[in-house]
Amino acid sequence: MDIEEGETVAIVGESGSGKSVTVLSTLRLIPQPPGRIVAGSAKFYGRDLLQMEVEEINQIRGSQIGMIFQDPLSSLNPVLTIGKQLTESMILHQKISQQDANARAAELLEMVGIPRAIERLNDYPHQFSGGMRQRVMIAMALSCSPQILIADEPTTALDVTIQAQFIELVKKLRDEFGLAIIWITHDLGIVANLAKRVVVMYGGFFVEEAEVKELYGNPRHPYTIGLLKSLPRLDAKEHHRLLSIDGMPPVLYEHPKSCPFAPRCDFAIDRCRQENPPLESIGPNHRIACWVDVTTGEAR
Amino acid sequence: MTEEILLRVEGLKMHFPILAGVFRRQVGAVKAVDGVSFNIVRGETLGLVGESGCGKSTTGRAILQLYKPTAGDIYFGDENLVKLSSEQMRRRRSEIQMIFQDAYSSLNPRMPIGEIIKEPMKIFKTANRQEADERVDYLLEVVGLDKRYRDRYPHEFSGGQRQRIGIARALALNPKLIVLDEPISALDVSVQAQVINLLEDLQEKFGLTYLFIAHDLSVVRHISDRVAVMYLGRFVELTDKYSLYDKPLHPYTQGLLSAVPIPDPVVEEQRQRIILEGDVPSPANPPSGCNFRTRCPLATPLCAEQQPEWREVFPGHFVACHATDPSKIEGNPEWQKKYEKEVVA
Repeated sequence: MDIEEGETVAIVGESGSGKSVTVLSTLRLIPQPPGRIVAGSAKFYGRDLLQMEVEEINQIRGSQIGMIFQDPLSSLNPVLTIGKQLTESMILHQKISQQDANARAAELLEMVGIPRAIERLNDYPHQFSGGMRQRVMIAMALSCSPQILIADEPTTALDVTIQAQFIELVKKLRDEFGLAIIWITHDLGIVANLAKRVVVMYGGFFVEEAEVKELYGNPRHPYTIGLLKSLPRLDAKEHHRLLSIDGMPPVLYEHPKSCPFAPRCDFAIDRCRQENPPLESIGPNHRIACWVDVTTGEAR
Repeated sequence: MTEEILLRVEGLKMHFPILAGVFRRQVGAVKAVDGVSFNIVRGETLGLVGESGCGKSTTGRAILQLYKPTAGDIYFGDENLVKLSSEQMRRRRSEIQMIFQDAYSSLNPRMPIGEIIKEPMKIFKTANRQEADERVDYLLEVVGLDKRYRDRYPHEFSGGQRQRIGIARALALNPKLIVLDEPISALDVSVQAQVINLLEDLQEKFGLTYLFIAHDLSVVRHISDRVAVMYLGRFVELTDKYSLYDKPLHPYTQGLLSAVPIPDPVVEEQRQRIILEGDVPSPANPPSGCNFRTRCPLATPLCAEQQPEWREVFPGHFVACHATDPSKIEGNPEWQKKYEKEVVA
């Protein structure tokens, strides 16, 4: 997949579909061993993150590529003040004084909507609520003016009204800074609200990729279709039975030769059980990994 | 058809003491549930929705008398569960069952699932051994599991299958009411729909009544006939699921509905969002008067002084908000506007 400057791409999938691993491995954040990158490249402005020296990628991570995760409490150090943690990477990457960094940190907290920012620099993570902690995380991620923000399920632990506050904040910051965002989530509602383009993952593979409106309006992979129809909608006018996808997501112990979705797929043909389909273009900015044309039910 | 009220909760309060110091003196109370009243009609699904810490699970557990309520009455049929001795309550429990979010921790890991499902029948002596065995097979089939799995252990099943085992166990004694506490929150999206459909099928097949507790408003609205919205220990609104979406009256319900993203980019693009500011206050130290006032866009000094009354604004549509009370709106143009737009119209 490619990400353009300023673009928001969502990666959607269920637990264990490989969304986080995709992104963490491009940043070399998967411990090796046991993990091993066996093939591929991840180019950031043309330079392959997977090939560069550790010192070099350390310069990029946390400065040009910022990250926020689901659980801010476990990504913050409980015994250091928020101010200390916010200034740490600025001092490291931008070589500025503690004093300048403090001023910048207060500005950042204010920008992410934390009241009494200067005083709160002296507070510890446990003194913040879940939503506020996630704001601190995004302030930290933005402290070195990154080009890309990687957000791995950042709102999954938040209540829905707090999630809405946070997403509005992210949109505002995105427009202000021209940030590119990779947003990992299992929530197709958030994707519809936030992203321009979306990649659907299943069993460790990209199965469909399209612009958001195309994907929701004209889904062409059987898994995407099933997923969209299995969701109850808040704006439903009448009750109708949800479509459920039978069976369970696959376990990724071995590399399948067949399509990973074939055992649960209503459209599966013989070829699906023998060969894993590649991701192929079926229209402008629309790619699927499927042997079947769902509009006819026949092989493509 | 006359509606038979199966469960009637009146003024339920559940306060947990906060103890401090060497002598464990009580220094305060967490008002997890602070005065809620509602009915559940036989055969319906009442949804209970709210954000974390609003008291929705505590309400469910208090109904089963898993906690001793601080105040209030819970009538199941014509019996007040609060007044029953623990032995009398134990016998009643066969009629009210509970299904939990975390199916794994609610299944004994050392017991084969057949035994897990059979255990309630042994305890309540509702069947002899052969009948119980037959019933286990039947229940497994009903929840969509192969009866050959009966000798397997919980760890051999996926999350969705474990939830099915929990459901089979809950059905073992032919309960009238099932309290479901976040039953699908831990499941993957594609598996959630399976369990939702199963619950709907079972309700129809056995005439079950559900109290469905969850934080996901889309799911609650899908499965429920009526929905109650809870905030910081109190009900703020209760109505049928269509009015809830089309005609929400409480500012919190309106904010909550607006915060839920809808999986449709065309709809999302056109939506006007109401963003509720701030965080939920602590239930140990809730605001005076209306406890939503600290985040409410319509709040006035009156809201800090008086707790709004739980009023039936339309038949079957209850709400607790001064701005929907004709006796309170006078002299407040903003409230009058809301009242005319949402209640009169």
